Amino acid sequence: MQEHNNRRWVLPLLFLVLAGVPFVAQWLGEPFYVTLGARILIYALAALALNLVLGFAGLVSFGHAMFLGLGCYAVGILSYHGFGNGWLQLAVCIAVCALVALIVGTVCLRTSGIGFIMITLAFAQMFYFLAVSLREYGGDDGLNIYEASSFGLFDLGGSQPVYWAAWGLLLASSLAMLRLRRSPFGMILRATHANPRRVDALGYSVFGVRLTAYVASGVLTGVAGLLLANLTAFASPSYMSWPVSGELIVMVVIGGLGSVLGPIFGAVAYLVLEEAFKSMTQHWMLLMGPTVVIIAMVAKGGYSNSLSWLRRPPPAAPTVQPPTAEGQKDRRAPDALAKEASA
Amino acid sequence: MNMQTAAAPAGLSTQDLVRRFGGLKATDGVSLDVAPGELHALIGPNGAGKTTLINLLSGELRPDGGSVRLGAADVSRATVQERVAQGMLRSYQVTSVFDSYTVLDNACLAALRKRRRRLSAWTGLRDCADVVDAAKEALRACRLEDVAEAQVDSLAYGQRRQLEIAMALAGEPSVLLLDEPMAGMSAAESAGVIALLQSLKGRYTIVLVEHDMNAVFALADRISVLVYGKIIATGSADQIRNHPDVRRAYLGDDADA
Repeated sequence: MQEHNNRRWVLPLLFLVLAGVPFVAQWLGEPFYVTLGARILIYALAALALNLVLGFAGLVSFGHAMFLGLGCYAVGILSYHGFGNGWLQLAVCIAVCALVALIVGTVCLRTSGIGFIMITLAFAQMFYFLAVSLREYGGDDGLNIYEASSFGLFDLGGSQPVYWAAWGLLLASSLAMLRLRRSPFGMILRATHANPRRVDALGYSVFGVRLTAYVASGVLTGVAGLLLANLTAFASPSYMSWPVSGELIVMVVIGGLGSVLGPIFGAVAYLVLEEAFKSMTQHWMLLMGPTVVIIAMVAKGGYSNSLSWLRRPPPAAPTVQPPTAEGQKDRRAPDALAKEASA
Repeated sequence: MNMQTAAAPAGLSTQDLVRRFGGLKATDGVSLDVAPGELHALIGPNGAGKTTLINLLSGELRPDGGSVRLGAADVSRATVQERVAQGMLRSYQVTSVFDSYTVLDNACLAALRKRRRRLSAWTGLRDCADVVDAAKEALRACRLEDVAEAQVDSLAYGQRRQLEIAMALAGEPSVLLLDEPMAGMSAAESAGVIALLQSLKGRYTIVLVEHDMNAVFALADRISVLVYGKIIATGSADQIRNHPDVRRAYLGDDADA
């Protein structure tokens, strides 16, 4: 798994291009592009976080919008009560998401496969309807946020500050995720996907590793929600509705499961396409659906694999194969053996 | 070979161990006593309950009755993790390694358990020098150092089987549970594993399940014969070879072992 050594240029280039967006938007006199860009970065952050459980651990969480919504409401509710301090909002957001992820994860991780998908979905729906029932905080209609999160030196009022906050957080998270991927924790986490029984036999707690990843993922998604609330100046139950969870999964999948930067490309592709189709027709979903299907079919493994033809494969690893060993032959070339037998 | 990584071998014993699957008693009152440093082989016909017994020892299965003792401690109710922490490590009959990782990474993940209480999410796995050293030591013992950087799914079958053992070794065991380490190997590969086990003998307590009778008779200090979940005989290679019940139940009357 050396691909990141061969693609060192991708991350700096990507973030350089992203850093140019506000300037280009200003030059074009189209401030809307900054808002769109900020939205893309925020969803990219959430997709990056989801990838920790979906891509690395192979756990299909169909309820990550719940954390996005919790982050939004952390800002909305605190701001409604006059607490505009961003640090306080961030602390509450992290604490609430961590606690919810701990409880939800403890229950969900007792199951696997379809069971896990359904239970994460069920929890997300519970929180969705909880938000709908909060009449005090706007209920179904959502909650306007009149005061942006204030972090002392800066506040998140307007698209520009949110854009740069999201850009910085996404960069930091990507770098951390790249390190995590090669770290003992990341290696064990990815191993639990391939072979949980062996991870168990080596003496690690599969449950503990998965739960840690789920909590970290939930918290990071919650922080994305905090940014989203500031961008839209709005907290609404719709942010935690299940289609949002689905969109996040689609972003991760078309970006490439398990690679670190894939989800970012997935989020960019998904939201840019959505925006483009929306500007063409109000029936944009008719175009979006087939496009996602085509991407999923053509670029199996997402962006990571579609780029793989660009780079040369690493030199083949030296394998010592004693020529006398019959067992190898049997394992490696069943077709050849069958041909031999039939000849 | 300098195995500074090895813990002192510990004794392993069971008392009236019982495990049922529905109406079937897969393990039926097994009392086994393996001395520290002993290589104890478990043989028996297919379906005799050998792997079930290994799973009971390793903690993957809980017994319905009886006890397992590791050294002086009763580990009957201990989880797999707790038993690994006390030095009980196993290999699998069906090769169970991490295919998308390199050989060395596989061994590092095995070696890491004893050397780090917390899993770092920041330091690279390969940056833990002591872990890498311990892993390389285990690979060397299993003659895999030449393919350390190869990805596991590019390995030959016999090498994957050897990695299976290397991973158990890298965990610094005091007791090794080896479930058919030679399953599916060619004669040449088997000979390599026999030599490997010979070199490990005495430094670890080893419970070896194996179908290859030549290997068992060459390696084992003592042999227990399992039939329908019961131990029908325990003894040295000669005693087992000449045991009338064993000949009837397992080796077959015409067996001239």
